Amino acid sequence: MAKGVFVIAEQRDGALRKVSFELASAARKLADQTGNEVSAILLGSGIESLAAELGKFGVDKVFVGDNAALEPYVTEAHAQVVAKILKDNDALIALFGASVQGKDLSARVAAKLAGGLATDCTDVKVDGGKLVAIRPMYAGKCFGEVVFNTTPGMASLRPNVFPAVENAKAGAVTKVDVVIDAVKSKVLEVQKDTSGKVDLTEANIIVSGGRGMKGPDEYKILEELADVLKGTVGASRAAVDAGWRPQKDQVGQTGKVVSPNLYIACGISGAIQHLAGMSSSKCIVAINKDAEAPIFTKADFGVVDDLFKVVPELTTACKKLMA
Amino acid sequence: MNIIACVKQVPDTEAQIKVKADGSGIEDGQIKWVMNPYDEYGVEEALRLKEKNGGDVTIVSVGPARSMETIRTALAMGADKGIHICDAALDNADAFVTASALAAAIKGIPYDIIFCGQRAIDDDSGQVGAMLAELLGIPQLTLVTKLDFAGSSVKVIRPIEGAQLSIETSLPCVVTAQKGLNEPRYASLPGIMKAKKKPVDVKNAAALGIASDVKAKVAKVVPPPARAAGKIICGDDAAQKAAELARCLREEAKVI
Repeated sequence: MAKGVFVIAEQRDGALRKVSFELASAARKLADQTGNEVSAILLGSGIESLAAELGKFGVDKVFVGDNAALEPYVTEAHAQVVAKILKDNDALIALFGASVQGKDLSARVAAKLAGGLATDCTDVKVDGGKLVAIRPMYAGKCFGEVVFNTTPGMASLRPNVFPAVENAKAGAVTKVDVVIDAVKSKVLEVQKDTSGKVDLTEANIIVSGGRGMKGPDEYKILEELADVLKGTVGASRAAVDAGWRPQKDQVGQTGKVVSPNLYIACGISGAIQHLAGMSSSKCIVAINKDAEAPIFTKADFGVVDDLFKVVPELTTACKKLMA
Repeated sequence: MNIIACVKQVPDTEAQIKVKADGSGIEDGQIKWVMNPYDEYGVEEALRLKEKNGGDVTIVSVGPARSMETIRTALAMGADKGIHICDAALDNADAFVTASALAAAIKGIPYDIIFCGQRAIDDDSGQVGAMLAELLGIPQLTLVTKLDFAGSSVKVIRPIEGAQLSIETSLPCVVTAQKGLNEPRYASLPGIMKAKKKPVDVKNAAALGIASDVKAKVAKVVPPPARAAGKIICGDDAAQKAAELARCLREEAKVI
């Protein structure tokens, strides 16, 4: 009988990414409910020491695949190793991060195992000993409850949604023999974003601007607020299509789906395609001079006023509070 | 070169989505159907490759009869022919079943590069491109924003969190298109006229020899959780409102 809750840890440059701890904590819960162990799969080169960190967040056992061919991440190589470990251990549940890498990897692994996968889940539970995954569809306009006809039940979990909870377990290392068939892809270059800003999908605080910003230069006031709050600046489709902000900043159904602790929407009317991308944020603030703007229906706090007056004042007020 | 572009018909992004009372799916009566926006980038890139390097573009789609409109749209943009995988047994297909159907259809024809959208904006799964690549035993390059073709290989740019990767792979391969890859063209009137005469092969699951039993099943669809009514911040001027907002964020919401 299939057993064990597996998490596929994600590391970059020798450091575990936050989503790995979120996965471990979510897996711990599922494992405790089903009387299972939590195992992590950790792949890369020279990364064995990271196993202990996973142990802190509830992982009993860590399968470590340490091989130069696994660094940096290449889909074909990682998918082979992950699929083999899940298969050899007859895994019951496998959780991935719904990061760029996790989504790329999980689908390839699911196909290798001819199994079912639920993407970008916001909740997971067990029913009758099997995984049930809750996930937004139509960019959050509705939610689907996914059940699995195959094992392992596989899900990728949306970053920033599941709390990472310390819960010390052994994190005992099992080394895996890494055998990789021919890999056709090669990473030629990694160009790092030097802005020092957290990616929107991982940001705790997002200050977002829309058509009401009137132009690209006006985003300076949002940058200033974001700097004080240690947040990241986002944009609506209107602002991106107008060329005011780069594509990577777009929040919405055809951009990024985000779930920060705080989302401050400035001059964003709240078109349905935008609301779809940010409505899972924990706290939503809308600043807009149009009291009828649909964004106010989603907002926890609304300010009906000129954003060009409110935002700089808010920056000052936050600076004072956070000093 | 032989270029394939996979397309899916989806509800327009502006569509209001209403969940059926019994939770079995969504009400689809009032929906305006369009080509999945990410697939448009794939079709456009396919056409640009063809225009530069010669060859032809085949459109492949899994979906009910109405999906033919989306195939015709791609043909009107300039693609040469289509394959429509149409079977009621596939109406509730999951990503694996869809990818299996696409793989079965594509296996029977020559291909050098296959484009998919990075995800469809209806189920938001983002799995089909990678699964298709695995089922065909070829590499995948997902979320691509730039593509350079170099004869027997391609070099692409794919953004990840906080970085951009430059990746090279040999052909054939699957590329999933992300916004930013290009600016899709509109179909011209002569293009629309010509598209009507372009060949589209319609196939069912039996003809492709695929099983339609899903691995992951959406057992129930529910509306999003309702948000409690918000609070409008009052004050005499912007400064007062801003100060009150900051206080609420710190003391009530505890998010700053």
